[in-house]
Amino acid sequence: MVVAGEISTEKIWHILETVCDPEVPVLSVLDLGIVRDVKIDQDQVEIVITPTYSGCPAMDMISMNIRLALLEHGLSNIKITSVLSPAWTTDWMTEAGKQKLKIYGIAAPDKKFEIPADGVECPQCHSHNTSLTSEFGSTACKALYKCKDCLEPFDYFKCH
Amino acid sequence: MEALIKYTLHLADNALIMGHRLSEWTGHGPVLEQDIAISNVALDYIGQARNFYQHAATQINGSTNQKFNQSTNQLIHQSTEDTLAYLRDAIDYKNHLLVELPNGDWGQSVLKICCFSAYQFLLYNQLMNATDLQIAAIAEKSLKEATYHLRWSSEWVIRLGDGTDESHQRMRTAMDEIWAFTGELCQPPSYDPGFVNYALLQQQWNEKIAAILSEATLAIPADPWMQSGGMEGRHTEDLGYILAEMQFLQRAYPNSIW
Repeated sequence: MVVAGEISTEKIWHILETVCDPEVPVLSVLDLGIVRDVKIDQDQVEIVITPTYSGCPAMDMISMNIRLALLEHGLSNIKITSVLSPAWTTDWMTEAGKQKLKIYGIAAPDKKFEIPADGVECPQCHSHNTSLTSEFGSTACKALYKCKDCLEPFDYFKCH
Repeated sequence: MEALIKYTLHLADNALIMGHRLSEWTGHGPVLEQDIAISNVALDYIGQARNFYQHAATQINGSTNQKFNQSTNQLIHQSTEDTLAYLRDAIDYKNHLLVELPNGDWGQSVLKICCFSAYQFLLYNQLMNATDLQIAAIAEKSLKEATYHLRWSSEWVIRLGDGTDESHQRMRTAMDEIWAFTGELCQPPSYDPGFVNYALLQQQWNEKIAAILSEATLAIPADPWMQSGGMEGRHTEDLGYILAEMQFLQRAYPNSIW
């Protein structure tokens, strides 16, 4: 067993890098920007997280996966706190995260809190000749687009 | 304190019943993309409801006001988001009548979302500055979602209202069905804790909806009779059917989990 007081916050952040979003598994919780703080108080580790959307069904699983990852590293006294304010924004997504999204086939958010009618870059062929199919895609955080050049449909991670 | 608990439940009940009703569309949408869209909207509402119920439960559990607990019967024991959703009867529900109405056709559903999300968008803009910090935080969080809902639903109202003869006629029918239930949206409840300027809310709502309906070529009824009472627990019979379906399992098999 590891006592929290003997572990650095840097080490905890490294562990969190290995915890992925269950619905977009190429992104870690750090890439998403949903981990707001890591606190060590005597023998307790507290992880402060914030939901992407109010109804995001992945949040419970993300909490559990964070807990499991810390348990695997020998920590046992773990507290996970959810805060709503300030509200999560895609501005908190890391640049590395946005690159991973593109490679995975999901267009990354690029305009502040907007759903552009067209012009989102196709993650397959990089054309900007694209159009919005639906404001809501396979999850609440994505919209559905199609590329008019390569004709592939794709998800766009909405600016939020 | 009692007013704040009731107000929190009012916000929670609106979101839960709106979300539960809309979730009936899941698997029945006119096309796959819109089926997914309306299900996502419903999910946002359920998420907002959970946040408000958790906040209400925290307040109730921390309250020593026994009178409140007696009057609501089920709440004597430790409250949770689940007991508040599943173990209160229709008379304790404080949602607007609008959100419990049957879905009707697609036009009625998108008009209902449009009227409600315009209200929610403007309400949350004010609640962001509430002196109750948790209500302010939930409003700040939910405002972004209400913005999507309003944009998506208003586009549908305009498309169908200013569409074919058939779609225009259906939207006129939708207006006839729904309009009488929009009157209480911007009225303060009797337990108003004073976070919101309701006169301003009503004025802003009128302007926003008038602009959308004008673009949709739909007329607003002149001086209509408006229904009210939902916030005070006087509901249409439709709410009973929602609760019967939603609460059956917890009533029949208390404390069952899955």
